[in-house]
Amino acid sequence: MKQKIRIGCGAGFSGDRIEPAIVLAEKGELDYLVLECLAERTIALANKRKIQEPTKGYDPLLERRIETLLPHLVKNNICLITNMGAANPIEGAKKIIEIAHKQGLNIKVVAVSGDELKIRNEELEINDIKIFGEEDEALKLIKDELNSKKLLIPNSQLLISMNAYLGIEGIIKALEADAQIIITGRVADPSLFLAPMIHEFGWKTDDYNLLGKGTVIGHLMECAGQISGGYFADPIKKTVKNMENLGHPFADIFPDGSAIISKVEETGGIINLQTAKEQLLYEVINPNEYYTPDVIADFTSVKLEEIGKNQIKVTGGGGKTKPETYKVSVGYKAFWQGEGEISYAGSSALERAKLAGETIEKRLKSQFDEIQVDYIGQNSIFPTSEFQYLNSEVRLRVAAKAKTQAEAALIGEEVEALYTNGPAGGGGVRKYVNEVIGIVSVLVDRNKVQPQVTIFQN
Amino acid sequence: MKLYDIAHSRAGDKGNISTLSLIPYNENDYEMLCQKVTVERVQNHLKGIVSGKIIRYEMPNISSLLFVCQDALAGGVTTSLRMDTHGKALSYALLEMEI
Repeated sequence: MKQKIRIGCGAGFSGDRIEPAIVLAEKGELDYLVLECLAERTIALANKRKIQEPTKGYDPLLERRIETLLPHLVKNNICLITNMGAANPIEGAKKIIEIAHKQGLNIKVVAVSGDELKIRNEELEINDIKIFGEEDEALKLIKDELNSKKLLIPNSQLLISMNAYLGIEGIIKALEADAQIIITGRVADPSLFLAPMIHEFGWKTDDYNLLGKGTVIGHLMECAGQISGGYFADPIKKTVKNMENLGHPFADIFPDGSAIISKVEETGGIINLQTAKEQLLYEVINPNEYYTPDVIADFTSVKLEEIGKNQIKVTGGGGKTKPETYKVSVGYKAFWQGEGEISYAGSSALERAKLAGETIEKRLKSQFDEIQVDYIGQNSIFPTSEFQYLNSEVRLRVAAKAKTQAEAALIGEEVEALYTNGPAGGGGVRKYVNEVIGIVSVLVDRNKVQPQVTIFQN
Repeated sequence: MKLYDIAHSRAGDKGNISTLSLIPYNENDYEMLCQKVTVERVQNHLKGIVSGKIIRYEMPNISSLLFVCQDALAGGVTTSLRMDTHGKALSYALLEMEI
């Protein structure tokens, strides 16, 4: 059994920078590299791509990331664990094998799937689904979908995807198969880190105290640069040096569930108590009970200690039992969003922008139920009368929900028409139309979800 | 004095919930923040932004507070018409509070 493993985190979201991951793979002396690339909505968008093209649906940056990282992974014997499989881990794995073949490298890739649930094939029935929180919108959607099938209405494609947040199980099987690269679909972010700890240290999967500690470490690491000075810097109060060269973190993890989080020397950024505290509390809804598929973790007993420059020691934390259900994200077609923007500057900028906003509202209100009017520079970010700032420039933004693409386009068209039909001196019109995919969450019994592993080798 | 002068914060999102941490630069200020930055004051300060209930968690282990704000994202991250759909910038709204 190893007495220490080192895991780096080279990506904290789908669009993250590639260079910090390369630095980690090249100079980080890692055992494992994790790339976490799935936000709540990412997988529904990926599923839309898969529907259009069945061999797609994995992370759009997968090719670029693997092409640049693979030689370092092989040379330095690093195992990559990533959820870049998104809606299609099997095709993602095949693509990785193809890249390895081109580079003359022989590797083993294991795809972890089974997160995708389907009502269509009657794998799942309505009674298997429970409400998450106070939301009932999801259940209504799923019921509508079931009913529409019973009524034999084809192409009721309101629902795009249902993906369960899997835990450690599939990844552990893949680790036992000695994979160089493990590519998953939807997996809870901390599980990507917890699985190698369990595998290397022989932790029992019902030792919830250790699983809780490992989950704390995974949670601190999962957003990559967010613990090393990214999303933290404030030139007045929180200085971060060499931001342009921000290093992503690695953690040295020990068999007792403690860890030291640090980064590669000479990279930019900072790891200190402040960055670690901000990240520990990030997106936590209840620090007494942090739910993952593996454990209900406790964050209130975590201790953080600065033990050196850019070095944070993490101890404490714990856990009790694991949830009986999986959380499932349901992606659905919500609406088309139309938007338009125009700027006003100089004396009476705000007054003219407000006249423009009011004019647009009068012109559109008979056709749209919900119209959002923002004055950028004034109230678009803090929509409250509490904070008022004076600016020499104001940008009007109008947004509304529409049922069709053509209807959504009307918003931008009306904003553009302000050029000759609105207040003086408006400029810089931009207009946008986007289909909005909504996400709601439900809970599904564990026995309805079966993680699967598929091994690929060249 | 604003909270900004003595503390920092990061906003997170889950569905229609915004989580706002409040972390004093000097750990000795933690007790004072516990006393002064009450749920009622935050609720009042963020009216117009947060329309639901706010729960405050005290975390003496890291000398920090966590505010979990329901109905804070105009219907939720994925379907809000706001500019900042995630409420990423709301951390700095909290730090505007005078104490």
